[in-house]
Amino acid sequence: MLAIVDYGMGNIHSVKKALQKLGGKVKVVTDPKELLGAEKIVLPGVGAFDDAVSVLRRRGLIAAIKKEIAKGKPFLGICLGMQLLFETSDESPKAKGMALLKGRVRSFPRKKSLPVPQIGWNTIDKVARLPGCQVASILKGIPDNSYVYFCHSYYPDPKDKSVIAASTNYGINFASVVCKDNIFGMQFHPEKSQAVGLRILKNFIELC
Amino acid sequence: MLTKRIIPCLDIKDGRVVKGVKFLGLRDAGDPVKVARAYEKQGADELVFLDITASYQKRKTLVKLVEAVATNIFMPFTVGGGVGSVEDIRVLLNAGADKVSLNTAAVNNPRLIAEASRKFGSQCIVVAIDAKKMRTEQWQVYTHGGRTPVKLEAVAWAKKAAQLGAGEILLTSMDCDGTKAGYDLKLTRAVVDAVNIPVIASGGAGTLKDFYLVFTKAKAQAALAASLFHYRELSIPQVKDYLRRNKVCVRA
Repeated sequence: MLAIVDYGMGNIHSVKKALQKLGGKVKVVTDPKELLGAEKIVLPGVGAFDDAVSVLRRRGLIAAIKKEIAKGKPFLGICLGMQLLFETSDESPKAKGMALLKGRVRSFPRKKSLPVPQIGWNTIDKVARLPGCQVASILKGIPDNSYVYFCHSYYPDPKDKSVIAASTNYGINFASVVCKDNIFGMQFHPEKSQAVGLRILKNFIELC
Repeated sequence: MLTKRIIPCLDIKDGRVVKGVKFLGLRDAGDPVKVARAYEKQGADELVFLDITASYQKRKTLVKLVEAVATNIFMPFTVGGGVGSVEDIRVLLNAGADKVSLNTAAVNNPRLIAEASRKFGSQCIVVAIDAKKMRTEQWQVYTHGGRTPVKLEAVAWAKKAAQLGAGEILLTSMDCDGTKAGYDLKLTRAVVDAVNIPVIASGGAGTLKDFYLVFTKAKAQAALAASLFHYRELSIPQVKDYLRRNKVCVRA
């Protein structure tokens, strides 16, 4: 069973429908205990970093997610769900993320030629060297420069560059897919990226 | 590189697509999911659903539509028309909309923009502006689907909306809408220059060159069209091929 963590923020419906369409057995969970029975965990999310952190923490979900990840269960963070993997965010400097990956979430540089948020289709460029992660399987069948859909004002900046599985250029090059052991994160929305996105989600479902 | 977006707009009444979809080649041209799927196949980058229903049952029907679309179509879409509160926005986002557009409610209560973007993030709050030319370089804002003039100038309003936290502006030129004589390049450029968020230009598309000009001269990030695509006067692949040949970056 795939658990989608519902903490009252974000596009649960689309993620759920996409995973179901691909044959995934999905359960939307709000209670940390329900994560025990999950084989894989998906954390979606739109909204503010600090609100997300405080809701997740209050419901005991951060501790529970970390515990399940430590057992080796594959985890997928989407958009804000990916940003929450990091230590801090420029969006809410005082809030502490899950800190499963070192580094912080930054805001795009403010300049005239670069509207923020980045909204629309941009390419992901796979990074070749991938020590200690299953990136080959999560991006299996995805050609370089595939288009995926982004909708965000902040981007992750991992301290350990070896977790960057793919990057995207928007004014700067940023990590659009991160991967460390059984942890995966995507800044774009695979559930909105048509065939390419569905293929990535299928890869996640098929991970063992 | 981030690509320029081509966005078909669908008018919705009582949960059905209305106005001019009969030439899309669908057996049931009023089914939003079928229309959305047809546009997805054509390579549309996003969709906009604009609800023009005027009834109390409205919200329920609209939410069902959003759920149906999000269940079947895995591409981004925006929903607008009569969205009036943070709760309205929450329900639509939870049902699967990626962005929600505010128009009259934002004019009447600009704080709604701030509240909504704080709660859901700027990236999903679109402020739709309907504007009509007053004098040189000034455009008046209209609400209630273009029926009510208000004491706001469009460029200034766009700027204020962006400051309040809007993540995108959907800008419709009432002068150009329906004319097929091209987008209002001056209005669009004035708004693009005034804000640092993406601008979707709307109203007036009639030829391939109109798309080229709105991206290159007016610097819009996205171009919206309705009847042009519904009646197949131009197809999305045609528009994209033309843009690509003229070195405008679009998604394949």
